Amino acid sequence: MKKLIVSPAPHLHGEKTTRNLMRDVIIALSPSLLVSVYYFGFSAVKLALVGAVTAVLVEFVIQRYIIKGKITINDYSAALTGLLLALNLPPNSPWWIVFIGSVVAIGIAKMTYGGIGQNLFNPALVGRVFLLVSFPAIMTDWTIPASWFREGIDANTGATALSIVKEGLAKGIPMDQIFSENNFSYTQMLFSKIGGSVGEVSAFALILGFVYLLIRKVIKPHIPVAIIATVMVFSGIFWLIDPGHYTDPLFNVLTGGILIGSVFMATDYVTSPMSTRGMVFYGVGIGIITMLIRNFGSYPEGISFAILIMNACVPLINTYFKPKRFGREVNNG
Amino acid sequence: MSKTFSIGGIHPSDNKISVKAAIENFPLMEMAYISLSQHLGAPAEPVVAKGDKVKTGQLIAKANGFISANVHSSVSGTVSSIELLPDLAGNPVQHIVIKVEGDDWLENINRSSEIEREIKLSGPEILVKIAECGIVGLGGAAFPTHIKLSPPPGKKAEYLIINGAECEPYLTSDYRIMLEQPEEILIGAKIMMKALNVNKCFLGIEDNKPKAIKKMKGLCSKSYPQIKVVSLLKKYPQGGEKQLIDAIVKRQVPSMGLPIDTGVVVQNVGTALAVYEAVQKNKPLFEGIVTVTGKCMTEQRNFRMRVGTTFESMIFAVGGFPKDAEKLISGGPMMGKAVSRIDASSVKSTSALLLLTEKETKRGEEGNCIRCAKCVEACPMGLEPFLLNRLSRAGKIEELEANMVQDCIECGSCIYTCPANIPLLDTIRLSKAQVLKILRSRPKK
Repeated sequence: MKKLIVSPAPHLHGEKTTRNLMRDVIIALSPSLLVSVYYFGFSAVKLALVGAVTAVLVEFVIQRYIIKGKITINDYSAALTGLLLALNLPPNSPWWIVFIGSVVAIGIAKMTYGGIGQNLFNPALVGRVFLLVSFPAIMTDWTIPASWFREGIDANTGATALSIVKEGLAKGIPMDQIFSENNFSYTQMLFSKIGGSVGEVSAFALILGFVYLLIRKVIKPHIPVAIIATVMVFSGIFWLIDPGHYTDPLFNVLTGGILIGSVFMATDYVTSPMSTRGMVFYGVGIGIITMLIRNFGSYPEGISFAILIMNACVPLINTYFKPKRFGREVNNG
Repeated sequence: MSKTFSIGGIHPSDNKISVKAAIENFPLMEMAYISLSQHLGAPAEPVVAKGDKVKTGQLIAKANGFISANVHSSVSGTVSSIELLPDLAGNPVQHIVIKVEGDDWLENINRSSEIEREIKLSGPEILVKIAECGIVGLGGAAFPTHIKLSPPPGKKAEYLIINGAECEPYLTSDYRIMLEQPEEILIGAKIMMKALNVNKCFLGIEDNKPKAIKKMKGLCSKSYPQIKVVSLLKKYPQGGEKQLIDAIVKRQVPSMGLPIDTGVVVQNVGTALAVYEAVQKNKPLFEGIVTVTGKCMTEQRNFRMRVGTTFESMIFAVGGFPKDAEKLISGGPMMGKAVSRIDASSVKSTSALLLLTEKETKRGEEGNCIRCAKCVEACPMGLEPFLLNRLSRAGKIEELEANMVQDCIECGSCIYTCPANIPLLDTIRLSKAQVLKILRSRPKK
């Protein structure tokens, strides 16, 4: 008689795998990567490649020679971490910066916890913050490197919009003047460069990636929407009270890594909450901490720190914010 | 606008490839192997002995205890033995084996296809008739229908819901009867309404069956105004009792409670048809509609099949065993049981035989949980399968209870959706059984 396979139900499996989810995130990053290659040329290619290749190699070496366990580099997760790290660096960074960052991200922030799924903090952000505190000069040098596609680089390259505003205000220059002197415009922020890291040249490209992730059901909208809404409400209140000292909500959302941070960093599966209510709480927390750092701290940006701080709260959030249970919270009749 | 349940759910592809195959009578077998444990509850007690002559529809085993059901012969012939035979999982179960001789039905069964519309029996008489005819729930659990139609003291039914969702992929038996015997189903629903003494009934059908919805709506508006057809969004597990009640009347069965706690009784369309045949035609439940399907098969068909037909003969009726078929499933692919023996035979609630290839059914290698929360999103009970899996593996019974493992309906949405191929439901099922045992052993408040 023919031998049959016998196993408990269900007998079908969906099409999603860890590998194709990670691949989808990489695809979602590709519009931003293409725009940055257009703007920064070889420098962007170099950073992305060194970041991804180093991350994969570090994971391989640790799994093969130190843990001597299963090799999981095929799941694209390490490559994604390296790529995200590269996209969060200043465009003119030297190659060894992203190399060190990737070693820290994978070697310390991911593998010491036990590999994929186990880490408490977002590895790419740990890598980035490690670099920021270790090499502050390089990490705040926003010089735009030469590109194959673009000539005549304008002079407005010394800093990001947020740091220009922060420094300007510190010198006592009125807000209107800062804006007009630097030619800040929202169309420019949406489609092109106003200073910032490799991956956030174009807000439009990031939003395109966000839409792709939503359509493919890779992420839910809750975290990015909660962050962006909180940033807008928080900055809106301050802006309405004193527009001379505080930037407006749209400016806050379009600059300083809010989009890349909320869409690609804060939604990292491993380090974000499991229930939708928890996700909203987490997003609101990131928004508030970011704005506290921006308005009252010494760093002009702040979302990296905000996400890491909220990462630390995720186990607690998961304990207190349970999904809506069936048959427990309804009143029939 | 189609309605649906409020929490979780998944969208596996339909694969209803047998949808166009009209119901045909399955050829009569040579031997019938009739199980005495075809229902939830105690096995039935045989009332025939070896060598007895039986007719089609004759009582051969009677209900034994409160939760049990009568069993009738599905064929005419001679009882050749009463013995322990393996069921589909390979467990030994008492069977009455009958050598088939002709097809001689009991005289009091009305075999005409004319529709009997007038309900002559009273409510209590209906319940007696249903119990006599051995009707069980045909949605899967095979719970004796007369008990489900008798709410416990202090509970009153307000609505009857007829379940025509058929949310499992591949299955088409409910769809076919809704197309081919719609009025009989509606009369069956009316009979049950009378037994329950309710005057409002809903018939829920998923919107991937527009023809059935149209047909039923037409009939209801013409002749059955108390029955309302509800179009449901295609989403699994819409046909789960709790989900269906939530979708249609927006009430949620409390944890550890029964549907009747919300004033609703749910019955499957197949059960409604069986009730019609029992009450109006005096026909006991000894045959049912079985979909024989699978992408690896050359043809996919819907049969009216006598109880006690072997799976082997079903496969040979549709062109033999495909080379690449590796898994046989009795029922749908999400909640059906894997068949370990093809010499096992069908029971009253057998709704399908599905053949899958190894590629279609293979689970990938288990990886680390990436905490993507897809299982949390999919769980229709609002549980956290990733957490329950971890607690189950650690044997933390108290925490499992606090995280409501007992509410799991075992629909399998969590495993289906897990990108890391973690056998979530497998571990949850084990700990759920332990927790339920503890809960039941506690004194009631």
